Amino acid sequence: MANPIETNPGGMAKAVREGVFAGIIAFFMFLLYVGIETYQDINNALVWRTRWELLAVFVAVAAIGRFLTVGFIKPHIDRRKLNKAKSGVLEISDKKSFFHRHFLKFALVFLLVYPFLSLLIVGKQGSLKYVDNFGIQILIYVMLAWGLNIVVGLAGLLDLGYVAFYAVGAYSYALLSSYFGLSFWVLLPLSGIFAALWGIMLGFPVLRLRGDYLAIVTLAFGEIIRLVLINWTVVTKGTFGIAGIAKASVFGIWSFDVGAPNNFAKVFGLASSSVYYKIFLFYVILALCLLTAYVTIRLRRMPIGRAWEALREDEIACRSLGINTVATKLTAFATGAMFGGFAGSFFAARQGFVSPESFVFLESAVILAIVVLGGMGSLTGIAIAAVVMVGGTEVLREMSFLKLVFGPDFTPELYRMLLFGLAMIIVMLFKPRGFVGSREPTAFLKERRAVSGSFTKEGHG
Amino acid sequence: MDYFIQQLINGLTLGSIYGLVAIGYTMVYGIIGMINFAHGDIFMLGGFAALIVFLILTSLFAGIPVAILLLVMLLVGMLVTGLWNWTIERVAYRPLRGSFRLAPLITAIGMSIALSNFIQVTQGPRNKPIPQLVSDTYHIGEITISLKQLLIVAITAVLLFVFWYIVNKTPLGRAQRATEQDRKMAALLGVDVDRTISVTFIMGAALAAVAGGMYLMYYGVASFNDGFIPGVKAFTAAVLGGIGSLPGAVLGGLLIGLIESLWSAYFSIEYKDVATFAILAIVLIFKPTGILGRPEVEKV
Repeated sequence: MANPIETNPGGMAKAVREGVFAGIIAFFMFLLYVGIETYQDINNALVWRTRWELLAVFVAVAAIGRFLTVGFIKPHIDRRKLNKAKSGVLEISDKKSFFHRHFLKFALVFLLVYPFLSLLIVGKQGSLKYVDNFGIQILIYVMLAWGLNIVVGLAGLLDLGYVAFYAVGAYSYALLSSYFGLSFWVLLPLSGIFAALWGIMLGFPVLRLRGDYLAIVTLAFGEIIRLVLINWTVVTKGTFGIAGIAKASVFGIWSFDVGAPNNFAKVFGLASSSVYYKIFLFYVILALCLLTAYVTIRLRRMPIGRAWEALREDEIACRSLGINTVATKLTAFATGAMFGGFAGSFFAARQGFVSPESFVFLESAVILAIVVLGGMGSLTGIAIAAVVMVGGTEVLREMSFLKLVFGPDFTPELYRMLLFGLAMIIVMLFKPRGFVGSREPTAFLKERRAVSGSFTKEGHG
Repeated sequence: MDYFIQQLINGLTLGSIYGLVAIGYTMVYGIIGMINFAHGDIFMLGGFAALIVFLILTSLFAGIPVAILLLVMLLVGMLVTGLWNWTIERVAYRPLRGSFRLAPLITAIGMSIALSNFIQVTQGPRNKPIPQLVSDTYHIGEITISLKQLLIVAITAVLLFVFWYIVNKTPLGRAQRATEQDRKMAALLGVDVDRTISVTFIMGAALAAVAGGMYLMYYGVASFNDGFIPGVKAFTAAVLGGIGSLPGAVLGGLLIGLIESLWSAYFSIEYKDVATFAILAIVLIFKPTGILGRPEVEKV
């Protein structure tokens, strides 16, 4: 059983055949799009030239990749599965390693010291990047994904327009702070409430719909809100966006505005730097994330949370047990929207600038992808997915050393979303249940036992 | 009145394009119950194939007759995007068939992001303008009809007839309808379900490619993110007409086209997409099965 080729003599020939076939398919697929490059010449007319070398690379990658998959990787995976099935050991075990058991504590401690750690290692100027681009950026997505998780992961309602509530939160803060001068700490809860109200308003008519219809209507609402933001120029300034949004302050005690008498750095006699504000924001979003997680965990144990999960598993059973499905869906929708609103107002305070560009459908798709890749319903899994997907694309920005390999014209940022899309597909193919595919039931007799994702079934909420 | 008829003609032209794309959505949804999010980008790939073929042919054979040029553009687009959609189904959707409901949707969204960015990376982010292919116009009273519009409506009508014939009169179409009604039963009765689904994807892509080519001809410009808005509108059309219903998709497409052009003409051009989406929401709220859709039976 050592070598798959030995036991399966036709295997190698089949792999070669499949490889050649994949090469031919790839040749015709990429012939026009990769083999031909269209560009504008100096007269601004569209002309073309060939790129045979690049096409050859694509074809070769497809052919060799397919050959290796059929010839080596697939038999290897099959063999492992067979051995596992023969040994009779289930994938779920009660024993967890020390690290696994204390993972959450480690993660929390790491997050708490993270800004200072980066300050210590790379200094003030260098840590800006790590705190802002990595820390805050990832945490915003963690929060958004946890918020959406309430809708998609717990209640099983497919929402493709979640970014609308994020936009409502961001614009609530941006508009109310620039027109009425209200502070961040007043507007943060207000934004959440506004977003929740929008959630109820949008949710009320559409929640009678099932599954995919709900998805498409939420997508439509998301687009409507974005289009209104673009076109209602009197209030929102359209595509120009709203700039100069007030910064958040430390509960009004210390401010981060440069000229202010109670400037944070001045009060403490520190050298002026924008890094303090970023560190402060880092802790704010961390606190917001923890709040989201806490509320989610608590709600899951309450009747409403159980009703959500029941709804996800089987809507008809739910109805026959006397659960008011409309009210249940609506609370899930509103709660999810509220956290989206919080994240939105935080986003506006952090950027100091909002425009409809930040709230395109792609954002909704990215957030949904994080929720599903994380293994719907699992907070840890979603956080891991956010780190991998958002952090991964941020890392690409830093890969300037690739220029040495591919030449000076190579800009890794260009490939960010391409790789993001491909990563979504690949992760789904190998782990359709997400990174953490097991469910811990909230209600149990005697002892808590994990349920593997493959044993549970999705309802059609 | 003339203005109204003029807008009606514009709307029908646009609606034909949406209708062709909508068929792809509705067929895939009908047969495997999945929103093929990447279908809008297949439409965009079709447009780009037509664009590249146009550039090659016009530079290699100067003075080539427009009819042949157009035919080759659309045919190559159909073949190439058919191949793409076949591969996409094999690679990204088939392994997840029978997995949980959201999995193929996520790969489809990933595929959509990957496809539009693939074109952005390989062909550049700028809009690609091409010269007018057909510029003849006809005047009837105050109404102007361009040959482009006539061509689009005519090509759509021919394709719809061919398509109708395949679905209703051939063994392949019978297999498709059987698979749509009950996949397991169809498999038991000897229908090659995998092959039928593959063919469905190829047919949907071919229609979308023609729509993409005609969209390029109509507007004279292609861009890597052309797939999203027309894709969403075509999906809206499919839902409006009743998802899973083929005549419904065409009807929905025409309606969306009409709504869009009439709204732009009489109300505001900025809010035309808002009108489309709002109508989608209203239809779904009051008649969730769409205009020609069958009511979904809940089985316990």
